[in-house]
Amino acid sequence: MKRYDLIVIGAGPAGLSAAVEAAKRGLEAAVFDENDKPGGQLFKQIHKFFGSKEHKAKIRGYNIGKELLRNADELGVKIILNAEVVGLYPFKEVVVNIDKKVLHYRADTIVASTGASEKMITFPGWTLPGVIGAGAAQTMMNIHGVKPGEKILMLGSGNVGLVVTYQLLQAGIEVAAVVDASPQIGGYGVHAAKVARTKVPFYTSHTIVRAQGEKSVESAVIAEVDENWNIIEGTEQSFNVDTICLSVGLSPMSKLFSMAGCELEEVPAKGGMVPVCDKYGETSVSGIYAAGDVSGIEEASSAMIEGRIAGTAAAHKLGYIGEKEFLAEVKLQRESLESLRQGMFAPENKGKVFTETEEGYQISGSLLEKGYIDCKEIDEYPGVKSKEGIHPVIECTQNIPCNPCQDSCPNDCIVVGEITSLPEYKRSEECSGCGLCVASCPGQAVFLINNDIENNYSYITIPYEFSPLPSDGDLGTALDRSGKELCEAEIVEVKSIKAFDNTHLLTMKVPLEYSKEARFFKAKEE
Amino acid sequence: MRIQKHPILGEFKKGKEVSFTLDGKEMNGCEGEPIAAALRAVGVMVHRHTKKGLGRGIFCAIGRCTDCVMIVDGKPNVRTCITPLKAGMEVKTQYGVSDKP
Amino acid sequence: MAKISDRSINLGSFIKREDDSIVICRCEEITKGEIREAIYAGMFTFQEVKKFLRTGMGLCQGQTCEKLVKNIIAEELNISPLETGAAKGRAPMRPIPMRILANDKEGS
Repeated sequence: MKRYDLIVIGAGPAGLSAAVEAAKRGLEAAVFDENDKPGGQLFKQIHKFFGSKEHKAKIRGYNIGKELLRNADELGVKIILNAEVVGLYPFKEVVVNIDKKVLHYRADTIVASTGASEKMITFPGWTLPGVIGAGAAQTMMNIHGVKPGEKILMLGSGNVGLVVTYQLLQAGIEVAAVVDASPQIGGYGVHAAKVARTKVPFYTSHTIVRAQGEKSVESAVIAEVDENWNIIEGTEQSFNVDTICLSVGLSPMSKLFSMAGCELEEVPAKGGMVPVCDKYGETSVSGIYAAGDVSGIEEASSAMIEGRIAGTAAAHKLGYIGEKEFLAEVKLQRESLESLRQGMFAPENKGKVFTETEEGYQISGSLLEKGYIDCKEIDEYPGVKSKEGIHPVIECTQNIPCNPCQDSCPNDCIVVGEITSLPEYKRSEECSGCGLCVASCPGQAVFLINNDIENNYSYITIPYEFSPLPSDGDLGTALDRSGKELCEAEIVEVKSIKAFDNTHLLTMKVPLEYSKEARFFKAKEE
Repeated sequence: MRIQKHPILGEFKKGKEVSFTLDGKEMNGCEGEPIAAALRAVGVMVHRHTKKGLGRGIFCAIGRCTDCVMIVDGKPNVRTCITPLKAGMEVKTQYGVSDKP
Repeated sequence: MAKISDRSINLGSFIKREDDSIVICRCEEITKGEIREAIYAGMFTFQEVKKFLRTGMGLCQGQTCEKLVKNIIAEELNISPLETGAAKGRAPMRPIPMRILANDKEGS
């Protein structure tokens, strides 16, 4: 029986990070994954990540995945694909189905990073073809390049629902509505705002009543719910869609731990049944570690850190690194992890609704309910200040651990300070109009405004990630934060440089009176 | 249904076009992509009918839920969302576990 | 939270509901009505319902329906889903043809 120092189950962000960290310390590590490609869900994440530099903020998920794979490869980590782990036993024996054979491996340490599965809700018609998980939509469009549907209704407004909705739009798919039974949008306001400005409506306090269709989905009926989640009669409305996407949360896939005899506990804030772990990710069975979503649903950035901690702990357990180095390394990683677990969307705040920020700013009710900040509210925030000449307008209004705007500004115009604080625009510093802040904001919440008061025009620079890309001189319509058409707009500049990583900067010229409202551009239809 | 030019991912690297059959009818797809992706690209929604006769199609697309199983080259219960398409494959709609309604 | 131990809960007689026809376990095609009836027949934990109806024993091994079934039990018995117990993780964790499993010599 082949024996490894470390066997990792699942080659997603957590598992690969664990293997890389262990291999760095000299452990012989093997990673088993049931898929035909490594990376877990990372390669479906085509959006830029939040956080700070150390968390690889403003880098798109799939590029982080490529880097991880490169690291693993350089360190000689063995990644065995199409390998379904069918059993895990307390004495650290792993049973794997590879190429129609059941194979047995032993390891001195195990990191199980098996990820999560999608939660579901049921309604009449939910088994009809055309009702799919949000993850399925991501897989189809971002991996296989095939549209999961032509017109989609999204159920669920957590970050997954919002991010996938935006990605559906990027793939050229129409999204009829985003529906959530809760009275507030669950995910980041900035993610919702990206979607709202393209005119996708949000239906909060609404639920799906049924999916209709003879052979597959032809329409979806939704209705408003009261505060007790009961459907309010007479509020039903129907959308003609061919696909309904379910995005109602994830639950950890922790069954392997149960098989291995690890103690498990149900923790609602972590998404369900998770192994009981110490601060290094070690379960109640010595030498078996958990990392990533399986130990509690979070972002991929957190999963990678948890993986690193578990990999380092495995190296320490087997004597590859001393106590001092181990503690120093873990301290660093834990600090990095803790900084991601701050703010309104921290795991411990799951389900909580905030009405004001840490700094005491009111959270926009319109943002929480409809996905966009009302024009009347926007001036209140520290990132939004008017000034003569070009300057950034940062419409970031919730405490999210993220700071690429501050990091990217060469002139120190933008100050975030504490990672979750709202970015503040410092009027005293000169903005060069380079646009790095606009392109680097993972929430696409930064705009550049240049008011030409003399000629009564405003030049507004927006981040743009859709196809086809408009060109200089193109005419179209300026849309406001809700996607409402405002006025005619002319594209006067399109900036696309490599550092922007496919976030193009469109500068549109609009009448001065719309400078506080125009935030998106719709090209004239041919 | 295929995405021609993606604003972030550009053009997708796909295998060469190959033909296969669905219930005897010839169709085309890209070699190496999951059978389910090829079927979705040509608008096929129903992969199988359950014992109770209800239609099912793609649901999780990562091989977990087994809703998209079909009969492939005579073998039933093949998860089409993770089985790569090959030239000349015979794909059949599955009824219960058979190929007959 | 401990698994439910009170076996004397009197649910009265089974009354059909409008949404009873919704399929809960997609693999084995078990409806909400069937699960509710099983609860009325005395199946108070996830494991019991599973063994009674095969919910969660199909190809996907309960990945989709486990939580849904637990919620139905919890609602009927007016208890927390945590009290409905957990499904035990057992090998094989993934569907595997008998032919392959039977050829496993090393594991014996």
